[in-house]
Amino acid sequence: MGILINADTKAIVQGITGKQGSYHTKLMLDYGTKIVAGVVPGKGGTVANGVPVYDTVKETVEAYSPTASIIFVPAPFAQDTVLEAITNKIKTIVVVTEHMPIKDTINVMAYANQSKVTIIGPNTPGKITPGQCKLGIMPVNIFKPGSIGLVSRSGTLTYEIAAGLTAKGLGQSTCVGVGGDPIVGLNFIEALELFKEDTRTKAVVLIGEIGGNMEELTAEYIAKKHYPKPVVAYVAGRFAPLGKHMGHVGAIIMGKQGNAQSKIEAFTNAKVKVAEKPSDMPMFLVKALSP
Amino acid sequence: MNLSEYEAKQEFSKHNISIPNGTLVTKSNQTAQALANLKPPYTVKAQVLVGGRGKAGGIISAKSKKEAEEATVKLLGARIRGLLVKQVLIEEKLPIRKELYLGITIDRFNRSYVALASATGGVEIEEIASKTPKAIIRTLIDSQSGLRYFHSIAIAKQLGYSGNQLVKLSTIIQKLYQVCIDNDAELVEINPLAETETGDFVALDARMVIDDNALFRHPEYAAKETEALSSQEVLALKNNLTYVKLEGDIGVVGNGAGLVMATLDLLNFFGGKPANFLDLGGGATIEAIAAALQIVFAEPDTKVILVNVLGGITHCDDVARGIVEAAKEAEVKKPLVVRLVGANQQEGQKILADAGISVLDSMEEAAKQAVEITRGAQP
Repeated sequence: MGILINADTKAIVQGITGKQGSYHTKLMLDYGTKIVAGVVPGKGGTVANGVPVYDTVKETVEAYSPTASIIFVPAPFAQDTVLEAITNKIKTIVVVTEHMPIKDTINVMAYANQSKVTIIGPNTPGKITPGQCKLGIMPVNIFKPGSIGLVSRSGTLTYEIAAGLTAKGLGQSTCVGVGGDPIVGLNFIEALELFKEDTRTKAVVLIGEIGGNMEELTAEYIAKKHYPKPVVAYVAGRFAPLGKHMGHVGAIIMGKQGNAQSKIEAFTNAKVKVAEKPSDMPMFLVKALSP
Repeated sequence: MNLSEYEAKQEFSKHNISIPNGTLVTKSNQTAQALANLKPPYTVKAQVLVGGRGKAGGIISAKSKKEAEEATVKLLGARIRGLLVKQVLIEEKLPIRKELYLGITIDRFNRSYVALASATGGVEIEEIASKTPKAIIRTLIDSQSGLRYFHSIAIAKQLGYSGNQLVKLSTIIQKLYQVCIDNDAELVEINPLAETETGDFVALDARMVIDDNALFRHPEYAAKETEALSSQEVLALKNNLTYVKLEGDIGVVGNGAGLVMATLDLLNFFGGKPANFLDLGGGATIEAIAAALQIVFAEPDTKVILVNVLGGITHCDDVARGIVEAAKEAEVKKPLVVRLVGANQQEGQKILADAGISVLDSMEEAAKQAVEITRGAQP
């Protein structure tokens, strides 16, 4: 099955004619994702990658009843585009857009919460259910179907760890990037809730990084709720300097809050094993899964 | 981007938050004129963007014009925690009764803005938080209603004020929120906010951090973005690269913040010391990749350069072309350790092989090899 979307999910692409939008639409179609329509204001009536393009999300809802959208528009237009998807009650919205202003993100999240829709991102590589479908930009050859759920704040580091799992025969149920920004929609705790209900998922990998307190709160949740599946973690940024932006706007540490040590301690206290190197992850999982 | 105290205070003043009378001085010979309109005693403050400025000698109290002049001369051109002082703010020192803390920032987990207030200001908020966590009043701000007057009244009341002062302080909290929203700030802070002996409230210090991603809406700040940067940092900014200088001797270039941080961690794990953090981002062009290599080649302390790329939107052949171009043009030759896998891997590896640069498949092997080279191993 996988979480959030599956092989039957009908999705639209907002910003389908841009460089990234058109490139990744083709790759998603090749992987088997059901992309039913694209949306670009002013380009309604045209066709992109064999997919019909509309001016508004509303028209695609009337024609196809899509339940997911993936967004590729530039940052200055992202707020408007996400709000359009929310207004039309699209249930799962993946925001690939990087560099979205934080004020816009905060505004969008409030509306999403009120409308009970799930936002993944912004600044996310998206999600993939190997062998079924992907709503995202990740290279597909490093993934294979299996029983490991993976949730991450980073793109290429996810690929690194997923490739390591695949090489050791550990396939994945679903891999989801929550996004590298300080404020994101779906968070680790919500992803863990979804993996809990997914019968195919036998263990979960969390890939965290410095900045914010999502890892600490997740560790608290795992301990408090006696999370029923094994969870292993990796935290990037053990040696990052204090108070500096490190690429992801999210990866900034202010003083002592949100540093790697605090996160590793929190996980360890919650009995979540923390891998010191990405290459340690497969061994950790094999141990966690052995009876 | 961080604004200087002076810039932040200008913004506060525009929003009618009281600040002390003061003048900005950039040359010693402007001091006398600056002091002509100000009454003693004074506070003379170096305008540098660094924490613990006061403890490092960047803030000097002066009783007379003469002392203020001496302090200004002393600070201009000095270095505070390594940063050159180019501007000094001379302010009238006010008789104060009490110092408070007020701030608006981002609450990541609750996906909203949050107002922070404390009746014990003047020190770092982290210090207040760790010593007396209950002394901080946290108010989550609903994004749809915003911070309303009644919220601010509740905060001011918890800070212990009533009557006329309750109204005055609430108004300042409201204005501070407006400064935050109008400027797309990630943080606005008044620390300390002084309660003067006349019962008024004045912002003695000011901090503002503007969201870099919102600079397209604020051309006045965007124009200043490169002012405080080194030439390497400007080159990085122009090419959409994220570059942070560190202390070690291994230059690092990679794609994706998480992967680059993991690379730094691995180097440290094997006993090496990274010279920088450099993230190419997603889908970097050949020019941007060459610029990235140029930046790390130019770091004088760097003994070896480690490139760690996992191709996806970034194409390995582009990375290889960028590396070859930069290596050709580099004035000083330095050994390169390259890990290059993913999209267009074979083509990329062939381009590097033709240029005599060997390529590894594993990031761990690459990190290990880079560390060994700094210890004298032959590349």
